[in-house]
Amino acid sequence: MAVTGAVMVGFLALHMLGNLKIFYGRESFNEYAHWLRTLLQPFLPYRGVLTLLEIGLFLAVVLHMWAAITLTRRARKARPVKYVAKKSQATGYATHIMRWGGVTIALYIVWHLLDLTFGVVNPAGFNSAPADRMIEGFQPGRWWVTAVYVIAIILVGLHLRHGIWSAFQTLGWVKGERRRIVKLGALAFSAVLVLGFLAPPLAIMFGVVK
Amino acid sequence: MDLTLKVWRQSGPDDAGRMVTYLAKDVSPDMSFLEMLDVVNEKLILEGDDPIAFDHDCREGICGMCGMVINGVAHGEQRATTTCQLHMRHFEDGAEITIEPWRAAPFPVIKDLVVDRSAFDRIIQAGGFVSVPAGSAPDAHAVPVRKEDADDAFDAATCIGCGACVAACPNGSASLFTAAKITHLSLLPQGQPERLIRAKAMVDQMDAEGFGGCTNTGECTAVCPKGIPLDTIAQMNTDYLKASR
Repeated sequence: MAVTGAVMVGFLALHMLGNLKIFYGRESFNEYAHWLRTLLQPFLPYRGVLTLLEIGLFLAVVLHMWAAITLTRRARKARPVKYVAKKSQATGYATHIMRWGGVTIALYIVWHLLDLTFGVVNPAGFNSAPADRMIEGFQPGRWWVTAVYVIAIILVGLHLRHGIWSAFQTLGWVKGERRRIVKLGALAFSAVLVLGFLAPPLAIMFGVVK
Repeated sequence: MDLTLKVWRQSGPDDAGRMVTYLAKDVSPDMSFLEMLDVVNEKLILEGDDPIAFDHDCREGICGMCGMVINGVAHGEQRATTTCQLHMRHFEDGAEITIEPWRAAPFPVIKDLVVDRSAFDRIIQAGGFVSVPAGSAPDAHAVPVRKEDADDAFDAATCIGCGACVAACPNGSASLFTAAKITHLSLLPQGQPERLIRAKAMVDQMDAEGFGGCTNTGECTAVCPKGIPLDTIAQMNTDYLKASR
């Protein structure tokens, strides 16, 4: 969970920074998308680096889900008889929604890919520039797309709030005073990520970015 | 004070079990939770009923025998307290109290609130021996130990093996118990020779017993009567990862 999660967190950070390019205009955003595909081009074919990254990311997602399913199945087997009354004593809302939150995020990613990567359900269509898909996808007329996006991103933020410090704990890097710092760091990182992801669609919906 | 108790009754390992309601009248607020159950049991015996079976021994909060889930919380809502040290003054008059045994597949119910915690013994056994010279007690300053290490090792060593961590864990994981036992030796010089083999063997035994995996929810440390910190689990993970390399 920790290692595959870390891969995805790394991806999310880059993805968030890439999205912010839309504030520099459509050109800049499209150039960035093009740059990703032509990275190291003389040495690797077109889309070489990107394809390698996509394979790595896909593996991380699959292994993360496999680990989560294994943990859930072990947990069910370890407690065949449920409590009549059970009260949580630990702090933190995020820990309670890791499993179903994760499933919800996975379902959202399917929609997200269909919408903005493949353009199948996007008004700009399949053969459009990435910036056009992004800007037309988040127009006020499609407010519900933006609403679902906002909910999904907040879920991602909550998932990471527990997930990031949890990864440090799993790898044994949290001890004593450092626990507080790691937990605060996880919270801060998640918050920055959420704000960075929410900025472009909201700016587009309210007409700041055209 | 008068209380309504909803208690898990199960005549034996093969019985399906059910919640049964009892009235506990004239309970003194000065009684411990176990003394309150003693009074209820005396009445049950006088009426010719089977008394409620529960584990207990020292009743001083140090043996780790007692333990039940009270109103959905292992050892009750009073923090850092074993069931025997929980007093009735923490309950309201007329309150309804739900009492259940630890719930985990590796802790099968023997009767009512008594569960078989032999799985813990097998985890300890898997840890094996510690290489220390036998004979008369060595001088206290023969092997220097850093104060911080001694404190952390002692914190881990206060684990009484009651099983509340397993009971509270949504995954039914025994990580806090196993981690406490691994940590209290792995922080001391005496525990170094077998440190990694011990961590590997104990974690493998824990998994073999059918306990769930840790997802760092922190439910265990919240109910632990000795307040064993999650740091121990990080220590266990460190040792286990090193041993698996």
